[in-house]
Amino acid sequence: MHTVDARGLSCPEPVILTRKAVTAGELPCQVLVDNPTARENVTRYAQHQGCQVSVTEENGTYTLTLTK
Amino acid sequence: MELKREKTGIILAGLVIGVIAAVLVVLGNPLNMGFCIACFLRDTAGALGLHSAANVQYIRPEIIGLVLGSFLLATVRKEFGSKGGSAPVTRFVLGFFVMIGCLMFLGCPFRMILRLAGGDLNAVFGLVGFVCGILVGVFFLTRGYSLKRTYQLPALEGRILPVVQVVLLVLLIAAPAFIHFTEAGGGPGAQHAAIAVSLVAGLVVGALAQRTRLCMVGGIRDVVLFREWKLLAGFVAIFASALVCNLILTGATPNVYFKLGMAGQAVAHTDGLWNALGMLLVGFGCVLLGGCPLRQLVLAGEGNTDSAITVIGLVAGAAFAHNFGLASSGEGPTANGKIAVLIGIAVVAIIACCNTFGKKRGE
Repeated sequence: MHTVDARGLSCPEPVILTRKAVTAGELPCQVLVDNPTARENVTRYAQHQGCQVSVTEENGTYTLTLTK
Repeated sequence: MELKREKTGIILAGLVIGVIAAVLVVLGNPLNMGFCIACFLRDTAGALGLHSAANVQYIRPEIIGLVLGSFLLATVRKEFGSKGGSAPVTRFVLGFFVMIGCLMFLGCPFRMILRLAGGDLNAVFGLVGFVCGILVGVFFLTRGYSLKRTYQLPALEGRILPVVQVVLLVLLIAAPAFIHFTEAGGGPGAQHAAIAVSLVAGLVVGALAQRTRLCMVGGIRDVVLFREWKLLAGFVAIFASALVCNLILTGATPNVYFKLGMAGQAVAHTDGLWNALGMLLVGFGCVLLGGCPLRQLVLAGEGNTDSAITVIGLVAGAAFAHNFGLASSGEGPTANGKIAVLIGIAVVAIIACCNTFGKKRGE
């Protein structure tokens, strides 16, 4: 599965990287982020694009799995 | 459903913030300056003797409250985390020039909204420049601009700026002789609400901004980039709320809180071109920083040391602006200020290019 590593990147870079993956048709994919703002922003963007988003958290890293 | 809840939350927060901003003016803050991150950091820099403009020296409790409100809520919600290391010197420079742009316009993006809500049409030029600056920043973002990632840091790192705010509060209350305060009637620095009121206002707004991720730059940027209106809704709510309050207060009190026009506005000048260019620099710089000055304070409260460095850059820019005659006044911009804004736009553009196209060559 394609993985977007957006950990540590400031707003709005995680969403831009996610958009790149989504528009390239790389679904399903995983997006890694490490702060709640990025988690919320990526989730919101993905849902706008009609994706299903599931989130898991481990040691401060959120893994968002995007599927259509 | 979740998105609807987020939007409702940010609109309610914006409405509350607009009311607080209007009330602070009634209780003593300068007109259209319930909040101004740039002006308040500048006043605090003056109080600490970092510049000697006697009319703008006061440790603003609103700034203290904003950082501590964010810090406290982030701690309670387990969102506090010390992190940093994403191009701190670049962020300092960007913060410095964002302040130069703010002091050309005479206000940060937050005050720009409050000036519009007070009927100050000079702020329309500022808004046009601000949007243009954001569009230029978005151009670079979509082409890969990045200041690279942050890393986790020892907990103390993220707590230093909030602790500094507590020290500033002690200095404000104790008022030792080495802290400078504008004398009564001596200028905007002498116009302020009571310490406790300003502090509580800052705490509330800081907490609301932390909870909703409110950002003046992010609002327009996200609409352009993703057709996402959430942050802009907060922006509009602040404007609507402050406007309604100003109209009601003008009707219900002997004072004027809403005056439509360009001439004779409080702490403002009528040079449209330089109002626009100043805010263009602010919009451009803030997109590269990832958020407006308010958002930088809130992120610093959450433990982001890159934002703390940005805040220090803003303070340095304010001190420099007043020491070298770069800041505008009601009379208009200065020649030095115009040169500084042009240099600022050039420097920010170079930073944008180096961090967008430079990395493609492996730099």
